[in-house]
Amino acid sequence: MDISPIIISLKTASVAIALTFLLGLFAARWVVNIKSKKVKMLLDGILTLPLVLPPTVVGFILLIIFGVNRPIGKFLLQFLGVKIVFSWTATVIAAVVISFPLMYRSARSAFEQVDDNLIMAARTLGMSERKIFWRIIMPLALPGVAGGGILAFARGLGEFGATAMIAGNIENKTRTLPMAIYSEVAAGNMDNAFYYVVVVLLISFLVVLLTNHFSIKERKYFK
Amino acid sequence: MSLIVKIKKRLKDFSLEVDFKTNGDYLGILGPSGSGKSITLKCIAGVETPDEGYIILNGKVLFDSEKKINLKPQERKIGYLFQNYALFPHMTVEENIGIGLALSKKEKEDKVKEIIKAFHLQGLEKKYPNQISGGQQQRVALARCIIYKPDVLMLDEPFSALDSHLKDQLQNTVLELLKLYDGEVLIVSHSRDEIYRFCKNLVIIDKGKSVLFGETKEIFKQPQIHAAARLTGCKNISKCKVLSSGRVHAVDWNITLETDRIVPENIKYIGIRAHDLQIVNGPKEKEENVIECKINKIVEDVFEYNIFFENLDILFKVSKEKWNNRKEKENLYLKIPKRAILLLR
Repeated sequence: MDISPIIISLKTASVAIALTFLLGLFAARWVVNIKSKKVKMLLDGILTLPLVLPPTVVGFILLIIFGVNRPIGKFLLQFLGVKIVFSWTATVIAAVVISFPLMYRSARSAFEQVDDNLIMAARTLGMSERKIFWRIIMPLALPGVAGGGILAFARGLGEFGATAMIAGNIENKTRTLPMAIYSEVAAGNMDNAFYYVVVVLLISFLVVLLTNHFSIKERKYFK
Repeated sequence: MSLIVKIKKRLKDFSLEVDFKTNGDYLGILGPSGSGKSITLKCIAGVETPDEGYIILNGKVLFDSEKKINLKPQERKIGYLFQNYALFPHMTVEENIGIGLALSKKEKEDKVKEIIKAFHLQGLEKKYPNQISGGQQQRVALARCIIYKPDVLMLDEPFSALDSHLKDQLQNTVLELLKLYDGEVLIVSHSRDEIYRFCKNLVIIDKGKSVLFGETKEIFKQPQIHAAARLTGCKNISKCKVLSSGRVHAVDWNITLETDRIVPENIKYIGIRAHDLQIVNGPKEKEENVIECKINKIVEDVFEYNIFFENLDILFKVSKEKWNNRKEKENLYLKIPKRAILLLR
């Protein structure tokens, strides 16, 4: 039994969620503070797009960006000696891009649900914007932010389409759990596939439990 | 000490145009709900930005559209008690009170302890806002403003969120606590009683415009304009035509009244407070401004009757004692005393 897909998947999902979490928070805070409604809507649309696009389309776009014959891919290869496509990094990139909107949207709505009066009150009390973010907005938005993070982690773990396009299905390198399940079924090894499926089921169930835990915690102050 | 405000701001439904100043005495801002009172306070606090005008506090310019000055709320030193108190729900009472202080830990603790004692909040230090009563929440919010020693303290509808049977007691408590603070105080309210009790001066805001500014008692005695009369609780207002310098015709009531003052030509309405009408014994007395009334409906309140008439669209409030002791029971003659007539623009 090959456990490398489990290791690769957990590694990919962990690194991806760290990036997604920070990027999502940053983007959410940025978009929430934009004054112009039109710009806000446009940005929101762009940032949400990976959620609604078929993952293969996202993968295709990523290929266009990072392909070795494309400007960015070429630049990375020639000047930094990094080849993105069909590398482990590509699985992370795919997972980040696909799971980003979940994190971004959860964080954004969690930030927006913080009562404006509290922020105004904090300002009149002389608190700096940075302090307001860390002491008021983040703690109050934390349940929503954490929930978004968990969803994004789960989505990153299950990423298949975009990963197949940009990272491929290379054993011991880019073969994640979903890839492995697909490959085993394709090769007729139902028992092996079953084993991977159980692993995914266990991880996913844990994620659901965690999500519920946070949404229950959310009610603590507001009842 | 002074606060000078003259600002304009376009809002969705109306445009705000407010103009007043304070001189150290409590200033009340009276206006109906949605008239722009809260947004005025927010502009002063700097959490909203006016389109034009200026705000000057003790000689320091907080906002000036022409000079392109717009201080951040953090730099304005303005205490703002929000209508819902805006306590941070995830912080305890003592954390809420101390959050704005930029002091060392020890100094902060001492100051918070001191104010908690002054505000009778001992024992609640570790509680969360949702675990204490409305009155306690209000004291916490007030302590949180005052500990920061703001130059102005603005209270936005301070008592509207409280049960009416607690109000009187809490108003007294707040009045006592406000004595600990020696700066400008602005109180926004739609309740004339609160303003009358608390504020020496008064500005009336109607549909976003500050329509009248002056001494509270003076304005209650002579509201001068229609909106002010209504907001200070005058129930009976009629359109009027000025007949001569001492006579007006109340169009809505179809009666002609004598006045003890010269009526300026720009007077468009007259008002009479429901308590100011008097029962007289009949037209025989040859008194002026006496009307024969047919009673339509009597509504009983706790201490008084509200009398409505068939032939006159006027509300008459009279104490139960006076009403029961009236001599003439068959017909009712009401006198509108000359001095009680409000001449309104």
